[in-house]
Amino acid sequence: MHPSHASLKEAHGRLPDAAGHFGPFGGRYIAETLMPAILELEEAYRRIASDPAFQQELARLLRDYAGRPTPLFLAERLTAQAGGAAIYLKREDLAHTGAHKINNTVGQTLLARWMGKRKLIAETGAGQHGVATATTAALFGMECRIFMGVEDIRRQAPNVQRMRLLGAEVVPVSSGTGTLKDAMNEAMRYWVEAVSDTFYVIGSVAGPHPYPMMVRDFQQVIGMEVKQQIQAAAGRPPAALIACVGGGSNAMGLFHPFLEDAIELIGVEAAGKGIGSGKHAAALGAGSVGVLHGSKSYVLQDADGQIREAHSISAGLDYPGVGPEHAFLKETARARYVSVTDEEALHAFQTLCRLEGIIPALESSHALAWAIKEAGRRPRQDLLVVNLSGRGDKDLGIVAPLLRNRKEEQAS
Amino acid sequence: MNRIEATFKQLAGKKEKALVGFVTAGDPDTEQSLKLISAMCTAGLDVLELGVPFSDPTADGPVIQRSSARALAAGTGLSHVLGMIEALRRRTQIPIIVFSYYNPILAYGAAAFHRDALNAGADGVLLVDVPPEESEELTACWPDNRLCLIRLTTPTTPPERMQRISACASGFIYHVSKLGVTGSQGLPLEDIGRKVRQLRSVTRLPICVGFGISTPQEIAAVAGLCDGVVIGSAFERLIEENIGKPELPDLLAARVAVLKRETHPPSS
Ligand SMILES: Cc1ncc(COP(=O)(O)O)c(C=O)c1O
Repeated sequence: MHPSHASLKEAHGRLPDAAGHFGPFGGRYIAETLMPAILELEEAYRRIASDPAFQQELARLLRDYAGRPTPLFLAERLTAQAGGAAIYLKREDLAHTGAHKINNTVGQTLLARWMGKRKLIAETGAGQHGVATATTAALFGMECRIFMGVEDIRRQAPNVQRMRLLGAEVVPVSSGTGTLKDAMNEAMRYWVEAVSDTFYVIGSVAGPHPYPMMVRDFQQVIGMEVKQQIQAAAGRPPAALIACVGGGSNAMGLFHPFLEDAIELIGVEAAGKGIGSGKHAAALGAGSVGVLHGSKSYVLQDADGQIREAHSISAGLDYPGVGPEHAFLKETARARYVSVTDEEALHAFQTLCRLEGIIPALESSHALAWAIKEAGRRPRQDLLVVNLSGRGDKDLGIVAPLLRNRKEEQAS
Repeated sequence: MNRIEATFKQLAGKKEKALVGFVTAGDPDTEQSLKLISAMCTAGLDVLELGVPFSDPTADGPVIQRSSARALAAGTGLSHVLGMIEALRRRTQIPIIVFSYYNPILAYGAAAFHRDALNAGADGVLLVDVPPEESEELTACWPDNRLCLIRLTTPTTPPERMQRISACASGFIYHVSKLGVTGSQGLPLEDIGRKVRQLRSVTRLPICVGFGISTPQEIAAVAGLCDGVVIGSAFERLIEENIGKPELPDLLAARVAVLKRETHPPSS
């Protein structure tokens, strides 16, 4: 192996550095008012990371409450149709609340309790992180306020109902495009005021340090389980791991335990209506380096450094930024980032419903769409693991009208 | 002596405090904005903080969010803001501080920004989302320290951190009066007084206080505690309510004159 690659590989496992940098990315670009809270959080996180009592409690909740480990399922009919490599699905859709987001909120809510904070806030796009936060807030008897863009409230209505049932207050955010970015802006504005008694549960590997590291650590249970499960099922490691990338938490959670292994890592961004159309959410694929929401990474922006609107059929991927560790994995070519259009994702969504009896989230459908292509190009002995990050019940309101229109078009 | 130092020295000689005005550049467009700001400078503003509009102003309340959105809709970018500074420099010698989120500066290029801001006549830059932990990447590309990097302290800043911030500060210290975003109501005067006293023990730089200050009474109260009072949302609200009216420059000038009076020593 190339020596510089070897040293990079070594570095990957140890990042971020003490200041929260992944090479030139990451950091803490936030208002001074928040700095003491962020430093306190980092200190608390470092302590619980090596605290056996905390880790035991976390493991117990992940097992008995969140339903871990989630299965690794060989999708045989999908594999047959793709016509190449075997496709395994990591069933995060079967985790409590229906997505990987619960892994992180169990961890952060436990940390909030440990720090003596009784109020949680969170931003949400698809609503899965909002539901997961509302869920763990209920579990620990905490107050919970979820910021959600008005466009996302419209397109992910079932999750809004779930959050309210769970006792959370859903705060509609109408600024900007009324999507995830705007929800995060508003959550940060609220936090600056309430910082003394409120814990901000960020839902992805984005935001200022220590969030990208902490959320990755809470999510890496996904990859650690896969490592054991694939060995047990197939007796050998996978050729590639595939996950969708919004902020990047389900992907980092899957990738991280494999960073130092010779396994291909593929992150799938949302190409929306096509990269060429400008209506997409491919920060890594078509963005440039900038600072958004507290860290330096790739973002969609214009020449003046103004953040551009993202677009995706999937609310959870409809975000113009991406976590800084992904920027680093791209820069060092340790991971490859590709993209999938709304149309392709929708097609993969239907395919999985019909072939495997699993309704995937639209976010996860992006990973699936790429996996189907990727499998077709690879030999049968290759194993692919796709992170099925969530279930698609929340998306029926978006998908059903689209499919109905299409049928009518075909009929006429 | 740079303009910031000279201004505060001169004001101290008269026992006056600085009236610092924040205005978003390019709201509603660069031409009108220039007229409004010129009128404010003529009316007695001591220091100008010129805001670079940004798409995602996470430290700002609704009033400045909207002014930022109007400026962006008019196409205002950092290069236009620097152009405005150049134009203002022909009319006024008051210190001008570029007030920005980091990303527009990063996109422009840290070294290019330093050069062009100085050439245009700017005296300092304040970056709301760059704490000392991240500012070295910026200052490392600056050939000299002629452009002051204005640092912030807040109600949450503990004494040790205050020391660290003051140690790398230049120009003046901007103390954020309260928790929250710009334009929110209510002033914790006792806490402001305590924080300013703590700051005095670690720095000899002038201390300005801003966030949530709008009425003459509030200005008088805060001016008694520090060296300068920053008014932002109050000016922006006046602009928003009177946008497009020909008398707006006069209205702003009159407001500056009224507020400036509150920064004079109590006896005068
Ligand atoms: C099911 C599912 N997958 C993926 C994502 C995207 O987030 P991330 O990239 O952080 O995993 C979301 C976000 O809402 C989601 O709900």
